[in-house]
Amino acid sequence: MAALSALPFRKRFDLPLAKDPTARFLLLITAVMVYLAALALAGALVVSDMARRWDSGLAGGLTVQVVPLSGPGAAPVAERLEKTLAILRGTPGIRSAAALSQEQVAHLLEPWLGHEGAKDPMLPVPTLVDVVASGPVDVTALQGRLSAVPGVTLDDHAAWLADLRAFAGSVELAAAGIVLLVGAAAVASVVFAVRAGLAIHRNVVELLHLMGAPDRYVSRQFEAHVLGLCLRGGACGLGLAALTLFAVARAAGSLRASLLPDASLTVGQWAALALVPLIACALAVLTARWTVMRTLETMP
Amino acid sequence: MDSCGMKQGSPLGAALDAALRPLHRAPGRCSTARCAHVIRFENVGLRYGTGPEVLRDISFTLMPGSFHFLTGASGAGKSSLLKLMYLAHRPSRGLISVFGQDIARLKREDLPELRRQIGVVFQDFALLDHLSALDNVALPLRMAGAGENEVVEHCTELLKWVGLGNHLDARPSILSGGQQQRVAIARAVINRPRLLLADEPTGNVDDGIGMRLLYLFEEMHKLGATVVIATHNETLIRRFEHPRLHLENGRLHVLHQSASSWA
Repeated sequence: MAALSALPFRKRFDLPLAKDPTARFLLLITAVMVYLAALALAGALVVSDMARRWDSGLAGGLTVQVVPLSGPGAAPVAERLEKTLAILRGTPGIRSAAALSQEQVAHLLEPWLGHEGAKDPMLPVPTLVDVVASGPVDVTALQGRLSAVPGVTLDDHAAWLADLRAFAGSVELAAAGIVLLVGAAAVASVVFAVRAGLAIHRNVVELLHLMGAPDRYVSRQFEAHVLGLCLRGGACGLGLAALTLFAVARAAGSLRASLLPDASLTVGQWAALALVPLIACALAVLTARWTVMRTLETMP
Repeated sequence: MDSCGMKQGSPLGAALDAALRPLHRAPGRCSTARCAHVIRFENVGLRYGTGPEVLRDISFTLMPGSFHFLTGASGAGKSSLLKLMYLAHRPSRGLISVFGQDIARLKREDLPELRRQIGVVFQDFALLDHLSALDNVALPLRMAGAGENEVVEHCTELLKWVGLGNHLDARPSILSGGQQQRVAIARAVINRPRLLLADEPTGNVDDGIGMRLLYLFEEMHKLGATVVIATHNETLIRRFEHPRLHLENGRLHVLHQSASSWA
């Protein structure tokens, strides 16, 4: 109860802050800030989640391609595939090696070529071998053995995964930067609004001060005012962000070619987004307190 | 008289006593040593910015339970002296001691409690227009952390006592000058201040209302408050035979000095 009573909730204000022109400004700016911060955070969460899924799906895996060869003397794909599988299955650390069917390869190509295009029999599609490792594989040695089979390439996804991790890291960094900038702008807005309130109501603040109001008594009124505005603005911003994310997820899901990753958020991620307005409120209340206390310190 | 110099009053005073909030001061504030004097000025000077001194070499001591008029021509420095007394300004030089405490040595966080023991009736009333009469009077109690039931009970009683029982919810803008004056006085006395200061409290009302207001200050005085009233009203000053602090050219002169109230 003691902790609750310390919260800056008030039913009555000695300062008529609600009628200040800055109140509407702060409400609007908080809604926009929370909206932008929530979207930036959601973007970072989606990309991070996607990168983690791809990473866990590909790390430790190998893909071997058996490319169709043309020209006289070229061995048929089936023959080279058999040799390749034999090499792979005889390599220490490899648990299984299986060629993907034509249907599976066509499904992988579908997002880029479309349903019909991916199944075009004239398409020079390589045969893919999915290799699952059970332990460390000497990729260089395996590469050397497979080079004996013409038209066979080995990909351990290392370069692709490195790019993916770098991209995800960049997106997370950018999102953190956006959230920081939004936070800084929110702090500046609260400082501006509180200073304006102090200037508008200077006479009342001075009177309260002279009557013996402790600085916290005055600052609590500003904190309660700012908290009320930020809660309303934050709820609006979060609501708009949720609508936007639903719309984006729906639009991404309705694409026939599923080029885009799954943009829907988990319950945990939604909970993280719900913290954005609460964090904004806490930041605003602390900023209001700091601003008022610093201003009141200049009074005798 | 109790340890703080609070006296038992007349039946009218008893009603006022009942309307005011009981003392809720921190123990030790009213020890004999601290109540030795209410205000002490020693060679105090005040200047605004780099301008000339508006108050020069002011020295006096107000004893607990004293009543003084503060007089002087317009611009003589009455309001400035009152502002020093209610800690709105710091002196440019000299020493000011309030309730036995040298204000220059006090920490900033100790000043609010000291200020809450000083009731001030401002010249322009300084009522908050967006608050009702009751909420204006309630300000000192709420600042002191009084419970809402206690606030409403005492503020209602006091506003009834000053004849504004039917105007509890009225905003200051719809009250007459005399009514606003009474709200301002009620706000100044609700927390039973040890020092009551009033800057021209009768300046905007006729002599009849002015007289009634002075009787209200008299009742507070009888309840033990130390009272200083800045006024031009010679009729009232003659009617109430209290010592007078007279300011002239920034210097303080003592008229009708009372041995019981002056050190």
